Amino acid sequence: MLTVNHLRKSYGPLVAVDDVSFSVERGQLLGLLGPNGAGKTTTVSMVAGLITPDKGDVLVGGAALRGDTDPKKRKIGLVPQDLALYDELSARNNLRFFGALYSLSGAALDTAIAAALGLVGLADRERDLVKTFSGGMKRRLNLAAGLLHDPDILLLDEPTVGVDPQSRNAIFDNLEELKRRGKALLYTTHYMEEVERLADRIVVIDHGKVIADDTLSGLQSRMPGIAGERVTLEAVFLTLTGRSLRD
Amino acid sequence: MPLIPLLAMIRKDLQLFFSDRRSVIVSFVVPIVIGAFFGSIFSGPGNDTEPARIAIAVIDRDGSAISKAIVTGLSGDRNLKVATPTEEEARDSVKRGRTAVGVIIPKDFGDAAGKAFFGDGAKPDVNLVFDPSRNTELAMVRGIMTQHIMEAVSREMFGGAMGKQYLEKSLPDIEKSPSIPEAQKHALLQMLRSIQTVYDQPAASGGTTRPQGLTMPYQVHEEAMTAGSNIAYNGYAHSFAGMGIQFLLFAMANLGVEMLLERQRGLWRRLRSAPVSRFTLLTGKAASGSIISFLILTVCFAFAMAVFKVRIQGSVIGFLGVAAACSIMASSFGLLVAALGNSPATARGMTTLAVLMMVMLGGAWVPTFIFPAWLQQFTLIVPVRWAVDGLDATTWRGVGLMGSLAPIGVLLGFAAAFGALAANRFRWEEG
Repeated sequence: MLTVNHLRKSYGPLVAVDDVSFSVERGQLLGLLGPNGAGKTTTVSMVAGLITPDKGDVLVGGAALRGDTDPKKRKIGLVPQDLALYDELSARNNLRFFGALYSLSGAALDTAIAAALGLVGLADRERDLVKTFSGGMKRRLNLAAGLLHDPDILLLDEPTVGVDPQSRNAIFDNLEELKRRGKALLYTTHYMEEVERLADRIVVIDHGKVIADDTLSGLQSRMPGIAGERVTLEAVFLTLTGRSLRD
Repeated sequence: MPLIPLLAMIRKDLQLFFSDRRSVIVSFVVPIVIGAFFGSIFSGPGNDTEPARIAIAVIDRDGSAISKAIVTGLSGDRNLKVATPTEEEARDSVKRGRTAVGVIIPKDFGDAAGKAFFGDGAKPDVNLVFDPSRNTELAMVRGIMTQHIMEAVSREMFGGAMGKQYLEKSLPDIEKSPSIPEAQKHALLQMLRSIQTVYDQPAASGGTTRPQGLTMPYQVHEEAMTAGSNIAYNGYAHSFAGMGIQFLLFAMANLGVEMLLERQRGLWRRLRSAPVSRFTLLTGKAASGSIISFLILTVCFAFAMAVFKVRIQGSVIGFLGVAAACSIMASSFGLLVAALGNSPATARGMTTLAVLMMVMLGGAWVPTFIFPAWLQQFTLIVPVRWAVDGLDATTWRGVGLMGSLAPIGVLLGFAAAFGALAANRFRWEEG
């Protein structure tokens, strides 16, 4: 569904992303891991069409994504790391606005809002101002805003930062439901246990390059465990990317 | 251009604007309050309004007929409020700013002035003590005083006892004077003897034949060039135009700052991920800003019309055209703030300064005619000047549609320049 081919992006002498390739199929969640500054967000930004790559292509359903108004962008939904919501508007008015950006209107928009709010468990709070929501509720609404136009591909950039275990668990349930519906999910996070639970494949990037692309068990099998036990993903990650601080 | 996203952007910005009570109060209520205040100051005297008088103090150390006549003349002048304290009290009052000017008529002033009037005697001094922060009032007092001194001295010289006495004393002096050429001396003596003849004639019944001295040789008929001969100048029209423009510029600068905050909060990442063109995104912002600006101006003027009887004496279409062009210009200024601002905090500080400079130079606070000539020319590059002049033209000046085309064109030109620069400098890439 989503294919990333040899993406490269540099800012002056700094090469942020260097020849990154991977693909995500329908019903699959790909975990994109990497230390801070590894190039995860730049990669997601290129896939979302926010940044034009210096080289390489983003293929959506086999066709390359081109330009701001490419209709193929309708197949992509972005759930940004920031809580990209208007606090002074109600949940419903936020979703009305974001839905209209995808030319949804009238009954179709109302149906999409009801479905998205229902999925994230906020149907009973639709008329409340976002500023009255807890952090976890805002995160769930942030997810709903990315789902409104029913995209085939969902880009999730650290979608569980700062939420309580209950909200995080609810978001996981939502993502598993989306996988069952056949959506292709690209998921970046620093929480290894999330990837262990959700990801079908894991891509690790560092210094802008892909250094591993495998399943969880495939990655674990690269390192010998103690007394026959499998190593954790975090141990694999630290082995691949090193223990030096990146900030 | 897809209409649904564009309308959604406009609706969302309007919802956000009206949900912020502070913004609404600052944008709609504050310009009305300040406009009303400035309007009451700059409206000028109406038919039933007493003009503001300049407070002066007069100290008459002379006590002569001439000095008394000067004090009487000054006291009767409608532009002055005259007090007659002691010199010490007068100096203290000027120092404290309660009195603009103190006029000190020295001892023997009348005598010296009479001599100087007819002959080549030394001119006496009139001492003025003044508040240095009130130079304009000093200039007015100087002019008014000249009129009353000339009237008092000449009246006494041509019709009073002192005049006759000085004339009798002056004639022999002039006859003997070696410094006056013979031809001039002859003419001067002839004139003074004619005056002496008038003095020697008995006063006719009613006593009106005696010369009354020099008076102003003209009367002033003042006609304010407003929209019509029977339409008075309404200072509220100018003050509401100025304050309306000032606060819509503040509102639009705030719109630009809000765009920077949206970027900071990741909202622009979400907007840019939708299949919406950059043109649509900027046009949506510009359109919502223009609507808000137009509302601010029209609400301000509606209030001024309802309460202060401001009227559109010129073309209504011209007025709406200037208001619309002004709103579009202000909105594109907001986009420029968003494009050039590095962070919301720095942009807020810089735009406050920029807006205050623009409204000050554009004549929104005080009329531009008080500026130096070079500055009056310079302010033509300030859009606020065109906006204020355009609104003045269509309200109290009563200018027609053709006369409003120039400000409309220039304001739209500024809008296009701001918009093009904003589009060029806007940071589209969201890393």
